[in-house]
Amino acid sequence: MQPLLMRFLLLLGLSLCLLTARAEPLRATPVPPPAPLAAALASLLGDDPDARSQAVLDLALSPDVRARTVLQALREDGLFVFNTQALLLTGEQWVSAQSGQVVPVPADAAAPPEQVTVNNRLRGDVVKALALGDLRSPDVAVRRAAATELSSEPPIPFAARMALAAQAESDAETAQILRRAAAQALLASPDAGVRLQALATLAGSGEPSIAALIRPLTTSAEPDAAVREAARHALTDIQQRLFWGDLLDRLFTGLSLGSILLLAALGLAITYGVMGVINMAHGEFLMIGAYGAYAMQGLFQQHAPGLQAWYLAAALPVGFLAAALTGVVLERLVVRHLYGRPLETLLATWGLSLILIQAARALFGPQNVSVANPFWMSGSLILTPSLVLPWNRLLIIAFAVAVLALTWGLMQRTRLGLYVRAVTQNRPMAACVGVATQRIDTLAFALGAGIAGLGGVALSQISNVGPEMGQGYIVDSFMVVVLGGVGQLAGAVLAALGLGVATKLLEGWTGAVIAKILVLVFVIVFIQKRPQGLFAQRGRHADA
Amino acid sequence: MQTPDPVPAAGMAANAPPSTIGLPQVRSPMVALTLPFLLALFLVPALHLLTSPDSALHLSDFFLTLVGKILCYAVVAVAMDLIWGFGGILSLGHGLFFALGGYSFGMYLMRQIGRDGSYHADLPDFMVFLDWKELPWFWQGTDQFLWAVVLAVAVPAAVAAAFGFFAFRSRIRGVYFSIITQALVYAAMLLFFRNETGFGGNNGFTDFKRILGFSITSPVTRSVLFVLSGLLLLAALHLTFWLTRSRFGRVLAAVRDAETRVMFLGYRPEDYKLAAWVISAMLCGLAGALYVPQVGIINPGEMSPANSIEIAIWVAVGGRGTLIGPVLGAFVVNLAKTYCTSHFPDYWLFLLGALFVAVTLYLPEGLMGLRARLASRATPQQGGSRRASDTHRSRT
Repeated sequence: MQPLLMRFLLLLGLSLCLLTARAEPLRATPVPPPAPLAAALASLLGDDPDARSQAVLDLALSPDVRARTVLQALREDGLFVFNTQALLLTGEQWVSAQSGQVVPVPADAAAPPEQVTVNNRLRGDVVKALALGDLRSPDVAVRRAAATELSSEPPIPFAARMALAAQAESDAETAQILRRAAAQALLASPDAGVRLQALATLAGSGEPSIAALIRPLTTSAEPDAAVREAARHALTDIQQRLFWGDLLDRLFTGLSLGSILLLAALGLAITYGVMGVINMAHGEFLMIGAYGAYAMQGLFQQHAPGLQAWYLAAALPVGFLAAALTGVVLERLVVRHLYGRPLETLLATWGLSLILIQAARALFGPQNVSVANPFWMSGSLILTPSLVLPWNRLLIIAFAVAVLALTWGLMQRTRLGLYVRAVTQNRPMAACVGVATQRIDTLAFALGAGIAGLGGVALSQISNVGPEMGQGYIVDSFMVVVLGGVGQLAGAVLAALGLGVATKLLEGWTGAVIAKILVLVFVIVFIQKRPQGLFAQRGRHADA
Repeated sequence: MQTPDPVPAAGMAANAPPSTIGLPQVRSPMVALTLPFLLALFLVPALHLLTSPDSALHLSDFFLTLVGKILCYAVVAVAMDLIWGFGGILSLGHGLFFALGGYSFGMYLMRQIGRDGSYHADLPDFMVFLDWKELPWFWQGTDQFLWAVVLAVAVPAAVAAAFGFFAFRSRIRGVYFSIITQALVYAAMLLFFRNETGFGGNNGFTDFKRILGFSITSPVTRSVLFVLSGLLLLAALHLTFWLTRSRFGRVLAAVRDAETRVMFLGYRPEDYKLAAWVISAMLCGLAGALYVPQVGIINPGEMSPANSIEIAIWVAVGGRGTLIGPVLGAFVVNLAKTYCTSHFPDYWLFLLGALFVAVTLYLPEGLMGLRARLASRATPQQGGSRRASDTHRSRT
C-alpha cells in the first residue's frame, strides 16, 4: 500500500512539475525533492560512490542552512565520522553535522573521529555544489566565478536553480553563462521529455554557444527521433537569428574599420589633392601619433597618476603636433624638391618612412608597446547577446566623425581651406591671383600629417603600437583616395566606409586574404569604369 | 617648381641619339663588356674550386653564394630597368614575379628531396605535416626539371599578362600603377602565407637536397649555378640592349615620354607596355629560379613590399635607362647591405632610407649619370627635372 501511494505521489509531483515547466519551462524541471540532511549525510558516510556524489548534489539543493557548512567542511577535509555520526571540528569542540549540537568525544576513545575521505570525483562535485550556493553572493566577481565553474559539465539537478539564478542575475555576462549552463544540464538529461522541453525554450535563444550545444542533438548521437527533429528546428531558428546578429556585427566592425581608414586617408587625400604626390611615409604619421599617445600615457603615469584616465586628452594635441611638425620638416627638406616627379617622390618618401621606422625602433625599442584603454573606453555596449559593441570602437567612430567635421569646416569655411582648394583645382591660376602656393603646400602637408597623427592616437586604442604599424595602411588609404576621387572629402568618406564594410562582409564569407584580393580586384575594375573616382571633379584640370 | 622645366628628356635619351629611326645603329657597349665579364664569370668559380681553402687566392663559399645571389638580383634590376627606365612604368611589385619563379623551381627542388625529408614520406614534409594525402593538382609534373623551368617562366608571364592586360587597358599609369602593383604583391604575400595555398605557408620551401641528382651543397653544383646566373645576366643584358634599340624599344621610350602623342600617331601604347611588362616578368622568374637553389630557401617574405621597392632603388642608384647601371646598382647596394647588416645592423635602415632620399634628390641619373655630369660641369644647367611625362599629375 505504502509504495503504491509513494509512486502515485511521485507521479503527481512529476506531472505537476511538467505542467509548470510548460508554463515557465526553464524555471521548474522535474527534480526529485532533495533528501533531507540526515539521509544525505548517511549516504556520504557510506561506500557507494554514486550515492555519495548524489548526496553532495542533494546537499547543494537542500534548503537547510547546515548543508552548506557540511559542504565547506568537505572541501577542507574537515568532516569526520565517529560512531556512525558525522562530526565537524569547530575550534576545540566536536559538533554534530546534522544538529549543530556539541558532541562529547572522550579523549581516550577507542576509535577517535576519522576523517571522511574525499576523492577527486567527489571533490569536483563539492566545488560545483558550493558554486551553486555562491550564485547568491552579493559580489559580482564571486557570482561570475561560480557561474564559470558550473558551466563545464553542469550537474543535471542544478538546471532549475541555475535558470532561476540567471533570471535574477544583474550582470549580463554571468547571466549568459548561467543560461548556457542550465541549458547544457537539461540537454544532458536522460529523460527525452526534459530534452524536448529544453529545446523548445532554447529555440528562442540567439547565442552562438547554445547553437553549439544543440548541434550534437541533431546527429545520430541522440537516440530519440522526436528530440532530433526538435533539435533541428531549434538549430535553424537560432542560426537564422545568429545570421542577422552576425551581419549586424560585421556591419559594425566594417564601420569601425572604415572610420580608421578614413582617419588614415583624409590626410592623404589632402596632400595628394594639393600636390599630386603619394607620400609613402604617410603611415608613419599614424605611427608617430600612436607613439605620442604612448608617451603621454607614460608621462601621466609618472607625474599625474590621478589624471591617468584622461591622458588621451593630452595625447590628441601632442599626436597632432608631433606628426604635423614631422610633416613640415619632411616637406621642406625633401618633398618640395621633387614636385613634378611623382614616381621619384614615391621612392624618396619610402626612404623617409624607413628612416622614421628605424628611428622609432631606436627610441622606443623594436617591440610593440602597450597603450591601455582608459576606463571610459573599455568594456562593451551589449545590445543583444550576439551583438556586443566595444566602447573603444564606438568612440573611435564618433571621433572620426568629429575629425571629419573639423576638416570639412577647415576646408570649406576658412581662408586656408579656400587656398588649399584653389591650389588643388588649378595651381598656376591660384598662383596668379596671389596665393602663396609653396606656403600652402607646406601647410597642407602639415595638416594632412596632423590628421594622420590624430588617427594614430585613435589607432593606439584598438591595435598594437609598434614601429611598423603604419606600413599596412598606405595601400588601403591610397585605395580610399583613388575610389573617392582626388580632393573630395565626401568621396573619401564614402569610399572609406564602403571599403571597410565590404572588406568585413567579404571576410565573413571568404576569409581575410581572399577578401583583400577581391577588394583589390574591385578597385582595379572600378578605376577602369570610373577613372575619376566616385565624385569626379568637372573642368579642365581633370586631365591635367 | 610648379611648372615642368623644359629640360630635354634625359635618361634614355642621353644614351640613344634622338629619332634614330633610319640611322645606323649605335654599337652596343655590351660588345666590349662581354669578354671581360665572361672571364670574371669563370674565374670566380675556378678560384673557388681549384685553390686550397688557405690559399690567398681562394674565394669562400660565402663569397660565391653572395655574388651568385647578387647576379640574380642584377637580372631583376635589368628587367626593372626595361619597364621603368624605358617604359616609364615604376613597378613596386616586381618581387612577385621573382618569387613566383623561385616557387616554381622550388617545387622541383622539393620533389627532388624524395624520401630524405624528416618524415621520410613521398610528399614534401609540409604536406605530411598538414596531413595531406596527395599532391595538389598544380604540383603535378613538378618532378620534371624541364617542366619546372617552363613554369618558372610561364607562371610569372601569365600573372603579368593578366594583370598588365587589365591595368594598361584601363590606362592606369604613374603613381596609380605603382601603388596597385604594391597592393598586388602584398596580397600575394598574404596568399602564400596561408598553409592552404599549398606552398608551405610561413616556412616556404627549404632543406633542399639535390638538383638533377647532384648534391645541392657541393662546390661544383654551386659553381655551375653561379656561372648560369652570370650567363643569364649576360643574356638579359643582350636581350634588353637589343630590344631597347629596336623599333619596339623606340616606341616604348616614346610612350614613356609622351604617351598621348604616341597614341595620336596611331600606335597602341598599351600593347607596347604589356609586351615589355611580360618580358620583364619572365626575366624576373628565371632569376628567381636560379636564386632559390643558391640561397636554399624561398618563403613569402620574398614578396614583402619592402623587398620589391628595394629593386627600384638598385636601378635608381645605378641609373635608369642605362641597363648597365642597374647591374652596378644591384652590386653596390647589396654589397653595402651585406656589410652593414653584419657590422652595424641598427644603422642599415637609416642608410637605406637616406640612399632613397639622396639618390632621388641629388643623383637622379644614378652612378651612370654621375660620370656624364662630372664631364659636363663646364656646361651649366644639367640635371634637375626629368622627363616631361613625369610632370603630369598622373591621373587617369
